Amino acid sequence: MRTAVLLLILLPPMVAQDLCKESKDGFKVRLSIKTALGDKAYEWNKSEMFLFQSTLAFAMRIHANRSNQETNYNIANILVCNDTQRVSFVFVVTSPDDPTQPIPKEQVERAVRLSKHRINNAFLLSDMTLEFVGIPPTLAAPIKYDTPPWLIVFGVVMGAVAVGIMALLMSTVSKRRRAKDKAAGFAEEDGGIVKENGTSLSSLKGKDGVYNQAFSSDERFTQL
Amino acid sequence: MDTTSEASSAQERPKWDNKVQYLLTCVGFAVGLGNVWRFPYLCQIYGGGAFLIPYLIALVFEGLPLLYLELAIGQSLRKGSIGVWHSISPLLGGLGVASMILSFLVGLFYNTILAWVLWYFFHSFEDPLPWSQCPINDNNTGLVEECVISTPVNYFWYRQTLNISPGLETSGSLQWWLVLCLASAWSIVYICFIRGIETIGKAVYVTATFPYLVLTIFLVRALTLPGATDGLLYLFTPDWSLLADPQVWLDAATQIFFSLSLAFGGLIAFSSYNPKKNDCERDAVFVGCINSATSLYASIPIFAILGFKATSNFNACVDGNILDLTNAFDIEERNITAENYEHWLLFLNSSDPDRVSGLKLKHCVLQNFLDQSASGTGLAFIVFTEAVIEMPGSQVWAVLFFIMLFSLGLSSMFGNLEGVLTPLLDLHVVPGWMPKEIFTGLICALSFLVALIFTLGSGNYWLEIFNSYVGSVPLLVIAFFEIIGVVCFYGIKRFSDDIEFMTGRRPNLYWRVCWMGISPVMLLVVLVAYVAVQVQTHPTYPAWNPQYEKFPEPEVKPYSDWVFAVCVLLSSAPVLSIPAVAVYRLVRRQTRSPTGHSYPNPYSNQNQNQNQNPYSNPAFTADERIQTFKAL
Repeated sequence: MRTAVLLLILLPPMVAQDLCKESKDGFKVRLSIKTALGDKAYEWNKSEMFLFQSTLAFAMRIHANRSNQETNYNIANILVCNDTQRVSFVFVVTSPDDPTQPIPKEQVERAVRLSKHRINNAFLLSDMTLEFVGIPPTLAAPIKYDTPPWLIVFGVVMGAVAVGIMALLMSTVSKRRRAKDKAAGFAEEDGGIVKENGTSLSSLKGKDGVYNQAFSSDERFTQL
Repeated sequence: MDTTSEASSAQERPKWDNKVQYLLTCVGFAVGLGNVWRFPYLCQIYGGGAFLIPYLIALVFEGLPLLYLELAIGQSLRKGSIGVWHSISPLLGGLGVASMILSFLVGLFYNTILAWVLWYFFHSFEDPLPWSQCPINDNNTGLVEECVISTPVNYFWYRQTLNISPGLETSGSLQWWLVLCLASAWSIVYICFIRGIETIGKAVYVTATFPYLVLTIFLVRALTLPGATDGLLYLFTPDWSLLADPQVWLDAATQIFFSLSLAFGGLIAFSSYNPKKNDCERDAVFVGCINSATSLYASIPIFAILGFKATSNFNACVDGNILDLTNAFDIEERNITAENYEHWLLFLNSSDPDRVSGLKLKHCVLQNFLDQSASGTGLAFIVFTEAVIEMPGSQVWAVLFFIMLFSLGLSSMFGNLEGVLTPLLDLHVVPGWMPKEIFTGLICALSFLVALIFTLGSGNYWLEIFNSYVGSVPLLVIAFFEIIGVVCFYGIKRFSDDIEFMTGRRPNLYWRVCWMGISPVMLLVVLVAYVAVQVQTHPTYPAWNPQYEKFPEPEVKPYSDWVFAVCVLLSSAPVLSIPAVAVYRLVRRQTRSPTGHSYPNPYSNQNQNQNQNPYSNPAFTADERIQTFKAL
């Protein structure tokens, strides 16, 4: 009777160990805590392993919830073995209804991929440092810009250049116009009165114009 | 010598605001992209410090004399390249035409390189830098395969920038993003070039000095990077045995020649705007020495950064091996380090050799990474961009680097375009009603349209063709004829008289010996050797072909016949104008009496031995006669 009880108690873990080691539905997990955290690295111990089992049970629950299946996954359903110094081990997920029945590999893979981000964050790791061998990391979706940033910089530069070209061309045009006006202005200077446009004359309130030294000397005429 | 016509023509001819503008423009023209990406490469492959010996010898006996010659004739004859050579002898007018064609062709592809620099500059503001990681493929299942097989940096350059076709036969279509960048490059050149030297003189205050600032910043940053000293030691450790190889001397001579931007006509144009009394000897020595000093100064940060890159790659290689071993044997993290890696490898190999060999560990040697040299666009757009990713604050360094490259290239573009504009202005092909701004705009627009070739899928291959065939042999030929023209047709005595008028002293023995003997001989030897080396092998080019079985190695393809014909045409077209114009002038002399010519030529009475009495020539205006009398 006592041996039977003993066997009954010891059998599940032994079965569990065999299930973990020999199952083809198991995944190898590798953690690189020191690479990820450097000085702040925590030590890998049984408590951390407990956390791993609970996060994985959580992942299985989420996935089962989504596909409307049984959701009673528990820590006991996550079997772990082949623990090494590297911090790598193998785990197998068993069905909550039948602890001897492992969950197929594809389902576990889908569950892990769904919740990988949460699992990573629980351990302060990333896709590179928490590896599930055989499960490729989901690639982040590329950021879609409405306008690619390089076009914005291009627009700024081209806008500045276009403004500059316009300004230079305008200054050339106005220089030419001023030269033409000056040439026209010389011809009207016989009386020594500078003819300016209506508004400035009116602002002088009827005076005879402004006596502009530059236009009064006679040498200017002879040089032409 | 100041007659009224001389005074009015001096008033019409633009001039530099001050000497600083002129010097900065010449220095900017000489200092270009080649100083940054060709000289360090040559130093590296030709035995580091030992290369400086042939380089300095070439500078002293070939570079400086030619530079002084060009600046002096431009300043004394006060015309662009076509006018200057026509003044020296009408038979040599073709030299000016050749220089002009050459400047135009080089300007085409040079500005395309600037367009690529602009593209990278625009992308340097993105976070993360687009060339640091592979993009995801269309159905989001993984990374783009072409990128994974080669590297993200290569993929960004060949596929996302150039969208390069597998060879010259496939032209591909115009890449719209490159057309945009080319348009912006030409617009920026136009805004600086719009009024000729008026606007260029102001632009060079920034474009000629900014690169030095950036180089200094990079120098300080680079020297603090790990692995910098490895790179510098590698660069400067001299290997004297290489000096016996004639290829080294040939490359040193061609490098100093192309680096100083001789034979383009740009230097002649710049110095033609100088006042007559200006010490051009000091200017020539200054520009030549600054150019070489800049090359040396630029190679220090470049090699420090390349040493850093080699060290990073080496460390990544070793780390990759360590990770493979750690994972395969489930050893605790951080047990295997770079120091005890060999020890562990021996131990594991003895216990389980099959598993170790199954890992296919890489053989990491720092020297191999240092040996990966690159020059030209490969250095800037592949090697350097890869190094920038590793540096903290990558965007800042990328932006600084590409602005520096752009201003280096922009100041050289000014020289190229002046080499085209000034002769055309002197030939009076510009109609009187057209303001200069419109004319420069037309030149830029025409160049932009022709340069659209380089935005095709096969554009990079065409650019390499232009670079090798236009920017090499024709320059050497023109320079050779320049020296011969001045020494034989103009006469050293008359040239020395002009120089005495301009600088106040006659050129000393060193200059005369170089002009009359050493430089022409050296140029001829270099020209013959260069052509001999080129014709020995049928030219090939490396093509980027993803379908090639050994991809990512470049597929080496030979030039097809029609492409080869184009290459020969590009080399010979500028050069052919020299004999063409000479023959044309000879024929004109024999068949017609010389009636009219537009060039006021005060010295032509001494040249025209075969002609009739020049005083009977109605083409000579009264002013010319006065000048002629005064010259006598």
